[in-house]
Amino acid sequence: MTTNIMAASENPLFPNGWEMLITTIGFALLLLAAIKWIVPMFERTYAERTEAIEGGLAKAEAAQAEADKARDEYNQQLESARLEAQRIREEARTEGEKILADFKDRANVESARITENAHTAIAAERTAAVASLRNEVGTLAIQLSSKIVGESLSDDDRSRRVVDRFLSDLEQTPTDAGAQA
Amino acid sequence: MHLPPFFEIGSFEFAKHTVLIFLSVILIVGFFMWAIRKQALVPSKGQYLGEVGYGFVRNSLGRDIIGEKEFRPWLPLLFSFFFFILVNNLFGSIPVLQLPTLSHPGSAYVLAIIAYVAWVGVGVKRHGLGHFMAKMTMPPDVPKVLYVFLIPIEFISNLIIRPVTHALRVFATMFAGHMAIMVAASLLGFLITDVGGIGGILGGAGALFLGIFIYFLEILIQVLQAYIFTLLFAVYVDGALQEGH
Repeated sequence: MTTNIMAASENPLFPNGWEMLITTIGFALLLLAAIKWIVPMFERTYAERTEAIEGGLAKAEAAQAEADKARDEYNQQLESARLEAQRIREEARTEGEKILADFKDRANVESARITENAHTAIAAERTAAVASLRNEVGTLAIQLSSKIVGESLSDDDRSRRVVDRFLSDLEQTPTDAGAQA
Repeated sequence: MHLPPFFEIGSFEFAKHTVLIFLSVILIVGFFMWAIRKQALVPSKGQYLGEVGYGFVRNSLGRDIIGEKEFRPWLPLLFSFFFFILVNNLFGSIPVLQLPTLSHPGSAYVLAIIAYVAWVGVGVKRHGLGHFMAKMTMPPDVPKVLYVFLIPIEFISNLIIRPVTHALRVFATMFAGHMAIMVAASLLGFLITDVGGIGGILGGAGALFLGIFIYFLEILIQVLQAYIFTLLFAVYVDGALQEGH
């Protein structure tokens, strides 16, 4: 150990040429590997990573845009569906009103017809009633009068004249009353 | 001071120094090639470790100093300087290897010369020889008379002293650190074997403590010197590339 330290007393700044050559070769090899492989590989990895991150952002943006578009479309569809529904409701109401009006018309016509029929029937029955009454009243009156005046009224000619005159008087009164009603 | 060479070819001695230089190259290339072999976007632990090391040189020594626009072509050189010096320095603190390669002046000179050629070369290529010389020797905003003194001073300091200190700084610290550990070790051996007794053992314990302290200080200095060498190289390159004075 002591002798080793003594050996260091030669000028330590003086280089060994062989060591310089070896260092140059070693460093050149390292530099070559760095230029050819190490630096390009690391730089490529960095670049790819940056690109992947930026690409991911772009992808997310595209997805966002697509989602926006889908939402707009959905809203639009919803809006058109709402309009459609409103239109259908409107149509149904119109249709309903039309049908109602139709039925009303028909009912009116029907009721008018029924009223007409009733009027006709009533008029016919009244005529019949009047005719039948005239006979019966005439007969009754003659029987009554016969009973009051006895046999004197057996003369047909005369009695018929009396009855006719009476009935025509009688007819005049209900006609007036009917006109008034 | 050194082991005898393993074998000799003429005047060439194939010694520990040679082995360590090539071992460092194999270790650095092997580690980084292994780390980045997959080039995964989501790094594994090994790749992450490689990226931390590479990214440190790339970002804090390259991009931050040379600048975003121009740092890329310098990455291989910065990477090689930093890790070559780092690994070779750390050899000094690994038992058995125990030799910081740059404590041999030839190795330090070679690295400084490569750095010098690179930054002066790019400066001359970028600005032309005349303009580059003016840039290096004539600081701006100085009264013209002062140039009489400034030009020689600046020339010596920028173009001659710079590369010399660049080499000597790393060489001297490695050499001195190597010596300091050796002194502590010799002291330990001397106190215990040659002095002996209670005093020798107590003194030996002190020497051991001193040796361990120097050992850890050395590790710090070894890392720091690799950083400083590469940092200065980046600063020189940046100075050579910049426009104006």
